[in-house]
Amino acid sequence: MAEPRTLVAGTGRGAALVLSEALSFWGGINPSNGEVIDVRHPQRGANVSGRVLVLPSGRGSSSSSSVLAECLRAGTAPAAIVLAEADPILALGAIVARELFGRTIPVVVADARDVRDGVDITVRASEGSVDVGS
Amino acid sequence: MPVALTEADRSRLNGDHGEAAALATRILVETGAVMGAERLIDIASAHVDGCLYHGLAGLEFAERLVSGGARVSVPTTLNVSSMDLLHPERGRGDPASAENARRQMDLYVAMGCRPTWTCAPYQLPRRPAFGEQVAWAESNAIVFCNSVLGARTNRYGDFIDVCAAIAGRAPLAGLHLDDERRARLLLRLEGVSTRLMASDAPYPVLGHVLGKEAGTAVAAIGGLPADTGEDRLKAIGAAAASSGSVAMFHALGITPEAPTLEAATGGSEVAEIAVTAARLRAARDELATATGDALGAVSVGTPHASLAELERLAGLVAKRRPVVPFYVNTARDILAEAERRDWVGSLGAAGVEIVTDTCTYLTPIVEAGGGPVMTDSGKWAWYAPANLGVEVVFGGLEECVASAAAGRVVRDESLWADG
Repeated sequence: MAEPRTLVAGTGRGAALVLSEALSFWGGINPSNGEVIDVRHPQRGANVSGRVLVLPSGRGSSSSSSVLAECLRAGTAPAAIVLAEADPILALGAIVARELFGRTIPVVVADARDVRDGVDITVRASEGSVDVGS
Repeated sequence: MPVALTEADRSRLNGDHGEAAALATRILVETGAVMGAERLIDIASAHVDGCLYHGLAGLEFAERLVSGGARVSVPTTLNVSSMDLLHPERGRGDPASAENARRQMDLYVAMGCRPTWTCAPYQLPRRPAFGEQVAWAESNAIVFCNSVLGARTNRYGDFIDVCAAIAGRAPLAGLHLDDERRARLLLRLEGVSTRLMASDAPYPVLGHVLGKEAGTAVAAIGGLPADTGEDRLKAIGAAAASSGSVAMFHALGITPEAPTLEAATGGSEVAEIAVTAARLRAARDELATATGDALGAVSVGTPHASLAELERLAGLVAKRRPVVPFYVNTARDILAEAERRDWVGSLGAAGVEIVTDTCTYLTPIVEAGGGPVMTDSGKWAWYAPANLGVEVVFGGLEECVASAAAGRVVRDESLWADG
Protein backbone atom coordinates (compact mmCIF):
# COMPACT_ATOMS: atom_id res chain seq x y z
CA MET A 1 0.00 0.00 0.00
CA ALA A 2 1.46 3.37 -1.03
CA GLU A 3 1.97 6.14 1.57
CA PRO A 4 -1.00 8.55 1.80
CA ARG A 5 -0.22 11.65 -0.23
CA THR A 6 -1.93 14.74 -1.60
CA LEU A 7 -1.56 14.99 -5.37
CA VAL A 8 -3.98 17.91 -5.74
CA ALA A 9 -5.17 19.78 -2.63
CA GLY A 10 -8.79 20.60 -1.82
CA THR A 11 -11.90 19.35 -0.04
CA GLY A 12 -14.64 17.21 -1.57
CA ARG A 13 -17.66 15.44 -0.14
CA GLY A 14 -20.03 12.88 -1.63
CA ALA A 15 -21.22 9.30 -1.61
CA ALA A 16 -18.34 6.94 -2.27
CA LEU A 17 -18.20 5.13 -5.61
CA VAL A 18 -15.78 2.26 -5.09
CA LEU A 19 -14.39 0.80 -8.33
CA SER A 20 -13.00 -2.72 -8.14
CA GLU A 21 -10.71 -2.19 -11.16
CA ALA A 22 -8.50 0.55 -12.61
CA LEU A 23 -10.23 2.89 -15.07
CA SER A 24 -9.02 4.97 -18.01
CA PHE A 25 -11.05 8.22 -18.02
CA TRP A 26 -10.56 8.46 -21.79
CA GLY A 27 -12.64 5.72 -23.34
CA GLY A 28 -13.94 4.90 -19.87
CA ILE A 29 -16.08 7.90 -18.88
CA ASN A 30 -18.47 9.96 -20.97
CA PRO A 31 -17.60 13.56 -19.97
CA SER A 32 -21.01 14.88 -21.01
CA ASN A 33 -22.80 12.94 -18.23
CA GLY A 34 -20.14 11.26 -16.07
CA GLU A 35 -21.19 7.70 -16.93
CA VAL A 36 -18.72 4.78 -16.88
CA ILE A 37 -18.77 3.51 -20.48
CA ASP A 38 -15.83 1.05 -20.52
CA VAL A 39 -17.66 -2.12 -21.63
CA ARG A 40 -15.19 -4.40 -19.83
CA HIS A 41 -15.34 -2.53 -16.51
CA PRO A 42 -17.26 -4.28 -13.70
CA GLN A 43 -18.96 -0.97 -12.76
CA ARG A 44 -20.02 -0.06 -16.30
CA GLY A 45 -23.13 2.14 -16.15
CA ALA A 46 -22.26 3.73 -12.78
CA ASN A 47 -22.04 7.53 -12.72
CA VAL A 48 -19.02 9.35 -11.22
CA SER A 49 -20.61 12.84 -11.01
CA GLY A 50 -20.52 14.25 -7.50
CA ARG A 51 -19.22 10.97 -6.05
CA VAL A 52 -15.99 10.40 -4.13
CA LEU A 53 -14.37 8.11 -6.66
CA VAL A 54 -12.27 5.40 -5.02
CA LEU A 55 -10.18 3.31 -7.44
CA PRO A 56 -6.98 1.25 -7.53
CA SER A 57 -5.33 3.40 -10.23
CA GLY A 58 -5.80 5.17 -13.53
CA ARG A 59 -5.27 3.15 -16.67
CA GLY A 60 -4.22 3.39 -20.27
CA SER A 61 -4.80 6.51 -22.24
CA SER A 62 -2.74 9.68 -21.96
CA SER A 63 -5.92 11.61 -22.84
CA SER A 64 -7.44 10.90 -19.42
CA SER A 65 -6.17 14.30 -18.21
CA SER A 66 -8.28 15.97 -20.93
CA VAL A 67 -11.36 13.96 -20.02
CA LEU A 68 -11.09 14.84 -16.31
CA ALA A 69 -10.62 18.56 -17.15
CA GLU A 70 -13.61 18.35 -19.49
CA CYS A 71 -15.71 16.71 -16.71
CA LEU A 72 -14.72 19.59 -14.39
CA ARG A 73 -15.72 22.14 -17.04
CA ALA A 74 -19.01 20.41 -17.78
CA GLY A 75 -19.90 19.84 -14.11
CA THR A 76 -19.85 16.04 -14.39
CA ALA A 77 -16.65 15.39 -12.40
CA PRO A 78 -16.38 13.33 -9.22
CA ALA A 79 -16.28 15.30 -5.93
CA ALA A 80 -12.85 13.83 -5.16
CA ILE A 81 -10.57 11.05 -6.42
CA VAL A 82 -8.96 8.58 -4.01
CA LEU A 83 -6.33 6.33 -5.61
CA ALA A 84 -4.42 3.37 -4.15
CA GLU A 85 -1.52 4.23 -6.48
CA ALA A 86 -0.45 7.73 -7.66
CA ASP A 87 -1.55 8.69 -11.18
CA PRO A 88 0.07 11.88 -12.51
CA ILE A 89 -2.25 11.93 -15.55
CA LEU A 90 -5.40 12.30 -13.42
CA ALA A 91 -3.67 14.83 -11.14
CA LEU A 92 -2.72 16.82 -14.24
CA GLY A 93 -6.37 17.06 -15.36
CA ALA A 94 -7.31 18.56 -11.98
CA ILE A 95 -4.32 20.96 -12.01
CA VAL A 96 -5.17 22.27 -15.48
CA ALA A 97 -8.88 22.68 -14.65
CA ARG A 98 -7.91 24.92 -11.72
CA GLU A 99 -5.75 27.04 -14.08
CA LEU A 100 -8.50 27.28 -16.70
CA PHE A 101 -11.74 27.44 -14.73
CA GLY A 102 -10.61 28.18 -11.17
CA ARG A 103 -12.30 24.92 -10.22
CA THR A 104 -10.74 21.65 -9.12
CA ILE A 105 -11.15 18.57 -6.93
CA PRO A 106 -8.82 16.88 -4.47
CA VAL A 107 -6.83 13.95 -5.88
CA VAL A 108 -5.15 11.83 -3.23
CA VAL A 109 -3.38 8.55 -2.64
CA ALA A 110 -4.87 6.89 0.45
CA ASP A 111 -5.77 3.53 1.92
CA ALA A 112 -9.53 3.43 1.33
CA ARG A 113 -10.04 -0.33 1.71
CA ASP A 114 -12.55 0.26 4.53
CA VAL A 115 -14.66 2.71 2.53
CA ARG A 116 -18.05 1.19 1.63
CA ASP A 117 -19.74 2.02 -1.65
CA GLY A 118 -22.55 4.56 -1.26
CA VAL A 119 -21.47 5.87 2.16
CA ASP A 120 -21.01 9.67 2.41
CA ILE A 121 -17.37 10.59 2.92
CA THR A 122 -15.24 13.73 2.91
CA VAL A 123 -11.75 14.06 1.47
CA ARG A 124 -9.64 16.86 2.99
CA ALA A 125 -6.28 17.20 1.31
CA SER A 126 -3.60 19.79 1.86
CA GLU A 127 0.14 19.78 1.37
CA GLY A 128 1.34 17.27 3.93
CA SER A 129 -2.01 15.91 5.11
CA VAL A 130 -4.70 13.63 3.72
CA ASP A 131 -7.92 12.79 5.53
CA VAL A 132 -10.52 10.45 4.08
CA GLY A 133 -13.41 10.06 6.54
CA SER A 134 -16.93 10.90 7.50
CA MET B 1 9.62 18.16 -1.73
CA PRO B 2 9.36 21.21 -3.99
CA VAL B 3 10.93 20.99 -7.45
CA ALA B 4 14.30 22.83 -7.57
CA LEU B 5 14.39 25.46 -10.31
CA THR B 6 17.20 26.98 -12.39
CA GLU B 7 17.48 30.70 -13.19
CA ALA B 8 15.94 30.03 -16.60
CA ASP B 9 13.01 28.07 -15.10
CA ARG B 10 12.36 30.90 -12.64
CA SER B 11 12.51 33.46 -15.40
CA ARG B 12 9.89 31.52 -17.41
CA LEU B 13 7.76 31.10 -14.30
CA ASN B 14 7.89 34.88 -13.68
CA GLY B 15 6.52 35.59 -17.12
CA ASP B 16 9.73 36.95 -18.70
CA HIS B 17 9.04 34.76 -21.76
CA GLY B 18 5.33 35.53 -21.96
CA GLU B 19 2.21 34.31 -20.24
CA ALA B 20 2.08 30.99 -22.05
CA ALA B 21 5.62 30.01 -21.02
CA ALA B 22 4.73 30.95 -17.43
CA LEU B 23 1.56 28.82 -17.50
CA ALA B 24 3.46 25.91 -19.09
CA THR B 25 6.20 26.07 -16.44
CA ARG B 26 3.67 26.32 -13.61
CA ILE B 27 1.97 23.12 -14.81
CA LEU B 28 5.34 21.37 -15.25
CA VAL B 29 6.43 22.30 -11.73
CA GLU B 30 3.13 21.29 -10.09
CA THR B 31 2.89 18.01 -11.97
CA GLY B 32 6.62 17.48 -11.33
CA ALA B 33 5.92 17.66 -7.60
CA VAL B 34 3.18 15.02 -7.99
CA MET B 35 5.69 12.81 -9.82
CA GLY B 36 8.31 13.32 -7.11
CA ALA B 37 10.76 15.16 -9.40
CA GLU B 38 13.62 16.99 -7.71
CA ARG B 39 14.23 19.21 -10.73
CA LEU B 40 13.42 19.73 -14.42
CA ILE B 41 15.68 18.56 -17.27
CA ASP B 42 16.13 19.62 -20.90
CA ILE B 43 14.32 17.55 -23.51
CA ALA B 44 15.31 17.01 -27.14
CA SER B 45 11.83 16.64 -28.65
CA ALA B 46 8.16 16.19 -27.85
CA HIS B 47 5.13 14.33 -29.18
CA VAL B 48 1.86 16.05 -28.34
CA ASP B 49 -1.51 14.34 -27.88
CA GLY B 50 -3.41 17.44 -26.70
CA CYS B 51 -4.36 18.32 -30.29
CA LEU B 52 -7.13 15.72 -30.15
CA TYR B 53 -10.52 17.28 -29.36
CA HIS B 54 -12.37 15.86 -26.35
CA GLY B 55 -14.51 18.88 -25.49
CA LEU B 56 -14.19 22.59 -24.79
CA ALA B 57 -11.62 22.27 -21.96
CA GLY B 58 -8.86 21.18 -24.34
CA LEU B 59 -9.79 23.85 -26.86
CA GLU B 60 -9.81 26.60 -24.21
CA PHE B 61 -6.40 25.45 -22.98
CA ALA B 62 -4.92 25.71 -26.49
CA GLU B 63 -6.53 29.13 -26.97
CA ARG B 64 -5.07 30.33 -23.66
CA LEU B 65 -1.61 29.18 -24.75
CA VAL B 66 -1.76 30.75 -28.22
CA SER B 67 -3.10 34.06 -26.90
CA GLY B 68 -0.24 34.00 -24.36
CA GLY B 69 2.30 33.81 -27.20
CA ALA B 70 3.15 30.08 -27.01
CA ARG B 71 5.81 28.63 -29.33
CA VAL B 72 7.32 25.19 -28.93
CA SER B 73 11.07 25.34 -28.31
CA VAL B 74 11.97 21.77 -29.39
CA PRO B 75 10.97 19.71 -32.47
CA THR B 76 7.41 18.61 -31.76
CA THR B 77 5.21 16.13 -33.64
CA LEU B 78 1.42 15.95 -33.34
CA ASN B 79 -0.71 12.93 -32.55
CA VAL B 80 -3.88 11.96 -34.38
CA SER B 81 -6.81 14.34 -34.27
CA SER B 82 -10.49 13.56 -34.59
CA MET B 83 -10.62 14.34 -38.33
CA ASP B 84 -9.21 12.90 -41.52
CA LEU B 85 -8.14 16.14 -43.21
CA LEU B 86 -7.10 14.31 -46.38
CA HIS B 87 -10.48 12.55 -46.67
CA PRO B 88 -12.93 14.81 -44.76
CA GLU B 89 -15.99 13.33 -46.52
CA ARG B 90 -15.52 10.12 -44.51
CA GLY B 91 -16.32 11.66 -41.11
CA ARG B 92 -19.90 11.43 -39.82
CA GLY B 93 -19.49 13.38 -36.55
CA ASP B 94 -21.59 16.41 -35.63
CA PRO B 95 -20.56 19.63 -37.45
CA ALA B 96 -20.08 21.77 -34.29
CA SER B 97 -17.62 19.29 -32.79
CA ALA B 98 -15.84 18.96 -36.14
CA GLU B 99 -15.38 22.73 -36.27
CA ASN B 100 -14.00 22.79 -32.72
CA ALA B 101 -11.71 19.88 -33.52
CA ARG B 102 -10.43 21.70 -36.60
CA ARG B 103 -9.83 24.88 -34.58
CA GLN B 104 -7.90 22.92 -31.94
CA MET B 105 -5.69 21.34 -34.62
CA ASP B 106 -4.94 24.78 -36.09
CA LEU B 107 -3.96 26.15 -32.67
CA TYR B 108 -1.35 23.43 -32.14
CA VAL B 109 0.10 24.04 -35.59
CA ALA B 110 0.17 27.77 -34.77
CA MET B 111 2.39 26.97 -31.78
CA GLY B 112 4.98 25.52 -34.18
CA CYS B 113 4.16 21.80 -33.88
CA ARG B 114 4.59 19.70 -37.05
CA PRO B 115 1.23 18.60 -38.50
CA THR B 116 2.20 14.91 -38.57
CA TRP B 117 -1.20 13.71 -37.22
CA THR B 118 0.04 10.28 -36.26
CA CYS B 119 -0.01 8.07 -33.18
CA ALA B 120 3.15 6.37 -34.51
CA PRO B 121 5.72 9.20 -34.69
CA TYR B 122 8.40 6.53 -34.27
CA GLN B 123 7.70 5.49 -37.88
CA LEU B 124 8.74 8.92 -39.19
CA PRO B 125 12.32 9.39 -40.42
CA ARG B 126 13.60 11.51 -37.53
CA ARG B 127 13.10 9.72 -34.26
CA PRO B 128 14.72 9.96 -30.82
CA ALA B 129 18.15 8.40 -30.32
CA PHE B 130 18.97 5.81 -27.67
CA GLY B 131 19.27 7.43 -24.25
CA GLU B 132 17.78 10.78 -25.36
CA GLN B 133 15.44 12.54 -22.90
CA VAL B 134 12.13 13.47 -24.54
CA ALA B 135 8.52 14.19 -23.53
CA TRP B 136 6.00 12.05 -25.39
CA ALA B 137 2.28 11.61 -24.92
CA GLU B 138 0.02 8.98 -26.59
CA SER B 139 0.17 5.76 -24.63
CA ASN B 140 1.37 3.49 -27.46
CA ALA B 141 4.06 5.97 -28.56
CA ILE B 142 5.30 6.27 -24.97
CA VAL B 143 5.82 2.50 -24.69
CA PHE B 144 7.54 2.27 -28.07
CA CYS B 145 9.81 5.21 -27.32
CA ASN B 146 11.01 3.75 -24.02
CA SER B 147 11.06 0.07 -24.92
CA VAL B 148 12.13 -0.13 -28.55
CA LEU B 149 14.04 3.12 -29.13
CA GLY B 150 15.54 3.26 -25.64
CA ALA B 151 14.83 6.99 -25.52
CA ARG B 152 13.38 8.20 -22.22
CA THR B 153 9.93 9.59 -21.54
CA ASN B 154 7.41 9.36 -18.77
CA ARG B 155 3.74 8.64 -19.33
CA TYR B 156 2.85 12.21 -20.18
CA GLY B 157 -0.77 13.18 -20.64
CA ASP B 158 -2.60 15.85 -22.59
CA PHE B 159 -1.65 19.43 -21.50
CA ILE B 160 1.75 18.66 -19.94
CA ASP B 161 2.99 17.37 -23.32
CA VAL B 162 2.76 20.80 -24.94
CA CYS B 163 3.94 22.50 -21.72
CA ALA B 164 7.15 20.45 -21.95
CA ALA B 165 7.48 21.34 -25.65
CA ILE B 166 7.08 25.08 -24.91
CA ALA B 167 9.54 25.15 -22.00
CA GLY B 168 11.84 22.49 -23.50
CA ARG B 169 11.83 20.93 -20.03
CA ALA B 170 10.36 17.93 -18.25
CA PRO B 171 10.24 16.75 -14.61
CA LEU B 172 13.16 14.46 -13.75
CA ALA B 173 11.30 11.44 -12.39
CA GLY B 174 10.12 7.96 -13.31
CA LEU B 175 11.37 6.56 -16.60
CA HIS B 176 13.81 9.43 -17.16
CA LEU B 177 15.91 7.70 -14.45
CA ASP B 178 18.02 4.49 -14.82
CA ASP B 179 16.61 2.65 -11.81
CA GLU B 180 12.98 3.15 -12.74
CA ARG B 181 13.55 1.48 -16.12
CA ARG B 182 14.45 -1.89 -14.61
CA ALA B 183 12.05 -4.82 -14.95
CA ARG B 184 10.19 -5.76 -11.75
CA LEU B 185 8.39 -8.74 -13.27
CA LEU B 186 9.11 -11.45 -15.86
CA LEU B 187 6.52 -12.89 -18.25
CA ARG B 188 7.86 -16.06 -19.85
CA LEU B 189 6.22 -17.68 -22.89
CA GLU B 190 5.88 -21.41 -22.25
CA GLY B 191 4.49 -24.14 -24.50
CA VAL B 192 3.49 -21.69 -27.23
CA SER B 193 4.02 -23.05 -30.76
CA THR B 194 6.63 -21.67 -33.15
CA ARG B 195 3.90 -21.53 -35.77
CA LEU B 196 1.74 -19.23 -33.62
CA MET B 197 4.70 -16.95 -32.86
CA ALA B 198 5.55 -16.80 -36.58
CA SER B 199 2.16 -15.14 -37.21
CA ASP B 200 1.13 -11.60 -36.20
CA ALA B 201 -1.85 -12.71 -34.17
CA PRO B 202 -0.33 -13.46 -30.73
CA TYR B 203 1.56 -10.17 -30.26
CA PRO B 204 -1.34 -7.85 -29.39
CA VAL B 205 -2.81 -10.69 -27.32
CA LEU B 206 0.45 -11.00 -25.39
CA GLY B 207 0.34 -7.20 -24.92
CA HIS B 208 -3.15 -7.54 -23.45
CA VAL B 209 -1.80 -10.12 -20.94
CA LEU B 210 1.17 -7.82 -20.18
CA GLY B 211 -1.15 -4.88 -19.40
CA LYS B 212 -3.28 -7.01 -17.09
CA GLU B 213 -0.28 -8.51 -15.24
CA ALA B 214 2.03 -5.49 -15.07
CA GLY B 215 -0.47 -2.66 -14.47
CA THR B 216 1.93 0.30 -14.16
CA ALA B 217 5.12 -1.76 -13.65
CA VAL B 218 7.99 -2.33 -16.09
CA ALA B 219 8.06 -6.01 -17.05
CA ALA B 220 10.41 -8.17 -19.13
CA ILE B 221 9.12 -10.72 -21.65
CA GLY B 222 11.13 -13.89 -22.23
CA GLY B 223 10.74 -16.43 -25.01
CA LEU B 224 9.95 -14.17 -27.97
CA PRO B 225 11.51 -15.15 -31.32
CA ALA B 226 14.89 -13.42 -31.77
CA ASP B 227 13.71 -11.79 -35.01
CA THR B 228 10.65 -10.10 -33.44
CA GLY B 229 10.45 -6.83 -35.38
CA GLU B 230 9.22 -3.30 -34.66
CA ASP B 231 5.66 -3.86 -35.92
CA ARG B 232 5.15 -6.74 -33.50
CA LEU B 233 6.73 -4.84 -30.60
CA LYS B 234 4.42 -1.93 -31.47
CA ALA B 235 1.41 -4.29 -31.25
CA ILE B 236 2.50 -5.61 -27.83
CA GLY B 237 3.00 -2.08 -26.43
CA ALA B 238 -0.25 -0.60 -27.75
CA ALA B 239 -2.34 -3.39 -26.20
CA ALA B 240 -0.42 -3.29 -22.90
CA ALA B 241 -1.00 0.47 -22.63
CA SER B 242 -4.75 -0.10 -23.08
CA SER B 243 -5.50 -2.99 -20.71
CA GLY B 244 -2.88 -1.61 -18.30
CA SER B 245 -0.83 1.55 -17.82
CA VAL B 246 2.37 0.08 -19.19
CA ALA B 247 4.89 2.75 -20.24
CA MET B 248 7.84 0.44 -20.87
CA PHE B 249 8.63 -3.27 -21.29
CA HIS B 250 11.74 -5.24 -22.14
CA ALA B 251 11.83 -8.02 -24.74
CA LEU B 252 14.78 -10.16 -23.65
CA GLY B 253 17.48 -10.41 -26.31
CA ILE B 254 15.57 -7.96 -28.54
CA THR B 255 15.03 -4.49 -27.05
CA PRO B 256 18.11 -2.33 -26.43
CA GLU B 257 18.11 -2.27 -22.63
CA ALA B 258 17.55 -6.02 -22.30
CA PRO B 259 20.40 -7.98 -23.90
CA THR B 260 20.03 -10.34 -20.90
CA LEU B 261 17.57 -10.84 -18.05
CA GLU B 262 20.18 -9.47 -15.68
CA ALA B 263 20.56 -6.27 -17.71
CA ALA B 264 16.77 -5.84 -17.75
CA THR B 265 16.29 -6.34 -14.01
CA GLY B 266 19.56 -4.79 -12.83
CA GLY B 267 20.31 -8.13 -11.18
CA SER B 268 17.31 -8.12 -8.81
CA GLU B 269 15.15 -11.18 -8.26
CA VAL B 270 11.78 -10.67 -9.91
CA ALA B 271 8.49 -12.56 -9.82
CA GLU B 272 7.94 -14.80 -12.84
CA ILE B 273 4.66 -15.53 -14.61
CA ALA B 274 4.28 -18.27 -17.25
CA VAL B 275 2.25 -17.29 -20.32
CA THR B 276 0.92 -20.48 -21.92
CA ALA B 277 -1.04 -21.09 -25.14
CA ALA B 278 -4.16 -21.50 -22.97
CA ARG B 279 -3.57 -18.08 -21.41
CA LEU B 280 -3.16 -16.53 -24.87
CA ARG B 281 -6.40 -18.16 -26.10
CA ALA B 282 -8.26 -16.80 -23.07
CA ALA B 283 -6.80 -13.32 -23.60
CA ARG B 284 -7.72 -13.44 -27.30
CA ASP B 285 -11.31 -14.23 -26.33
CA GLU B 286 -11.31 -11.39 -23.76
CA LEU B 287 -10.53 -9.00 -26.62
CA ALA B 288 -13.75 -9.97 -28.39
CA THR B 289 -17.25 -8.82 -27.42
CA ALA B 290 -19.01 -10.85 -30.13
CA THR B 291 -19.16 -14.60 -30.69
CA GLY B 292 -20.30 -16.43 -33.81
CA ASP B 293 -19.15 -15.71 -37.34
CA ALA B 294 -21.15 -12.59 -38.27
CA LEU B 295 -18.96 -9.82 -39.74
CA GLY B 296 -19.84 -6.19 -40.57
CA ALA B 297 -16.46 -4.66 -41.39
CA VAL B 298 -12.71 -4.95 -40.77
CA SER B 299 -10.45 -2.26 -39.33
CA VAL B 300 -6.65 -2.59 -39.14
CA GLY B 301 -3.73 -0.19 -38.73
CA THR B 302 -4.02 0.77 -35.04
CA PRO B 303 -1.51 2.14 -34.16
CA HIS B 304 -0.98 3.60 -37.64
CA ALA B 305 0.23 1.03 -40.16
CA SER B 306 3.91 1.09 -41.07
CA LEU B 307 5.12 0.89 -44.68
CA ALA B 308 5.89 -2.81 -44.19
CA GLU B 309 2.36 -3.44 -42.90
CA LEU B 310 0.80 -1.59 -45.87
CA GLU B 311 2.92 -3.63 -48.28
CA ARG B 312 1.84 -6.86 -46.61
CA LEU B 313 -1.84 -5.86 -46.64
CA ALA B 314 -1.63 -4.83 -50.31
CA GLY B 315 -0.26 -8.28 -51.15
CA LEU B 316 -2.91 -10.12 -49.13
CA VAL B 317 -5.96 -8.25 -50.49
CA ALA B 318 -4.71 -8.57 -54.08
CA LYS B 319 -5.24 -12.34 -53.66
CA ARG B 320 -8.44 -12.19 -51.59
CA ARG B 321 -10.66 -9.21 -52.26
CA PRO B 322 -12.79 -8.02 -49.31
CA VAL B 323 -16.57 -8.22 -49.67
CA VAL B 324 -17.24 -6.21 -46.46
CA PRO B 325 -15.97 -2.64 -45.82
CA PHE B 326 -12.25 -2.78 -45.00
CA TYR B 327 -10.36 0.12 -43.41
CA VAL B 328 -6.67 0.69 -42.72
CA ASN B 329 -5.36 3.61 -40.65
CA THR B 330 -1.99 5.15 -41.39
CA ALA B 331 -0.06 8.41 -41.21
CA ARG B 332 -0.13 10.88 -44.11
CA ASP B 333 3.69 10.67 -44.43
CA ILE B 334 3.55 6.87 -44.67
CA LEU B 335 0.68 7.14 -47.18
CA ALA B 336 2.77 9.45 -49.39
CA GLU B 337 5.62 6.93 -49.31
CA ALA B 338 3.23 4.03 -50.08
CA GLU B 339 1.80 5.99 -53.02
CA ARG B 340 5.25 6.23 -54.56
CA ARG B 341 5.51 2.45 -54.39
CA ASP B 342 2.03 1.94 -55.86
CA TRP B 343 0.70 -0.03 -52.91
CA VAL B 344 -2.03 2.57 -52.49
CA GLY B 345 -3.25 1.68 -56.01
CA SER B 346 -3.42 -2.01 -55.09
CA LEU B 347 -5.26 -1.29 -51.84
CA GLY B 348 -7.74 0.99 -53.62
CA ALA B 349 -8.32 -1.59 -56.38
CA ALA B 350 -9.25 -4.12 -53.70
CA GLY B 351 -11.69 -1.64 -52.16
CA VAL B 352 -9.65 -0.94 -49.00
CA GLU B 353 -10.32 2.52 -47.56
CA ILE B 354 -7.23 4.28 -46.24
CA VAL B 355 -7.85 6.60 -43.28
CA THR B 356 -5.18 9.15 -42.29
CA ASP B 357 -4.73 11.84 -39.60
CA THR B 358 -7.17 10.17 -37.22
CA CYS B 359 -8.11 6.66 -36.15
CA THR B 360 -11.27 4.68 -36.83
CA TYR B 361 -11.90 4.17 -33.11
CA LEU B 362 -12.00 7.95 -32.56
CA THR B 363 -14.06 9.12 -35.46
CA PRO B 364 -17.31 7.62 -36.77
CA ILE B 365 -16.02 6.42 -40.15
CA VAL B 366 -16.53 2.66 -40.08
CA GLU B 367 -19.78 1.48 -41.74
CA ALA B 368 -20.44 -1.97 -40.34
CA GLY B 369 -24.20 -2.13 -40.88
CA GLY B 370 -24.74 -3.16 -37.28
CA GLY B 371 -22.45 -6.20 -37.58
CA PRO B 372 -19.31 -6.86 -35.52
CA VAL B 373 -16.02 -5.31 -36.60
CA MET B 374 -12.93 -7.51 -36.82
CA THR B 375 -9.54 -6.01 -35.98
CA ASP B 376 -5.94 -7.15 -35.62
CA SER B 377 -5.33 -4.50 -32.94
CA GLY B 378 -5.61 -5.11 -29.21
CA LYS B 379 -6.04 -1.37 -28.69
CA TRP B 380 -8.87 -1.07 -31.22
CA ALA B 381 -10.60 -4.10 -29.71
CA TRP B 382 -10.25 -2.54 -26.26
CA TYR B 383 -11.63 0.94 -26.97
CA ALA B 384 -13.99 0.68 -29.96
CA PRO B 385 -16.96 -0.93 -28.14
CA ALA B 386 -17.26 2.07 -25.77
CA ASN B 387 -16.26 4.75 -28.29
CA LEU B 388 -18.31 3.58 -31.26
CA GLY B 389 -20.89 1.25 -29.76
CA VAL B 390 -19.81 -1.64 -32.01
CA GLU B 391 -19.17 -5.29 -31.20
CA VAL B 392 -15.61 -6.50 -31.90
CA VAL B 393 -13.85 -9.69 -32.93
CA PHE B 394 -10.09 -10.09 -32.77
CA GLY B 395 -7.90 -11.89 -35.33
CA GLY B 396 -4.46 -11.67 -36.94
CA LEU B 397 -4.06 -9.75 -40.21
CA GLU B 398 -4.34 -12.90 -42.33
CA GLU B 399 -7.50 -13.95 -40.48
CA CYS B 400 -8.88 -10.40 -40.98
CA VAL B 401 -8.27 -10.55 -44.74
CA ALA B 402 -9.61 -14.12 -45.07
CA SER B 403 -12.72 -13.10 -43.10
CA ALA B 404 -13.27 -9.95 -45.16
CA ALA B 405 -13.09 -12.05 -48.35
CA ALA B 406 -15.50 -14.66 -46.98
CA GLY B 407 -17.91 -12.11 -45.50
CA ARG B 408 -17.87 -13.97 -42.18
CA VAL B 409 -15.35 -14.53 -39.38
CA VAL B 410 -12.84 -17.17 -40.48
CA ARG B 411 -10.31 -18.43 -37.98
CA ASP B 412 -7.43 -20.84 -37.99
CA GLU B 413 -8.07 -22.44 -34.60
CA SER B 414 -5.15 -24.87 -35.07
CA LEU B 415 -2.76 -21.91 -34.92
CA TRP B 416 -3.61 -21.39 -31.25
CA ALA B 417 -3.07 -25.03 -30.17
CA ASP B 418 -0.60 -25.89 -27.43
CA GLY B 419 2.97 -25.98 -28.76
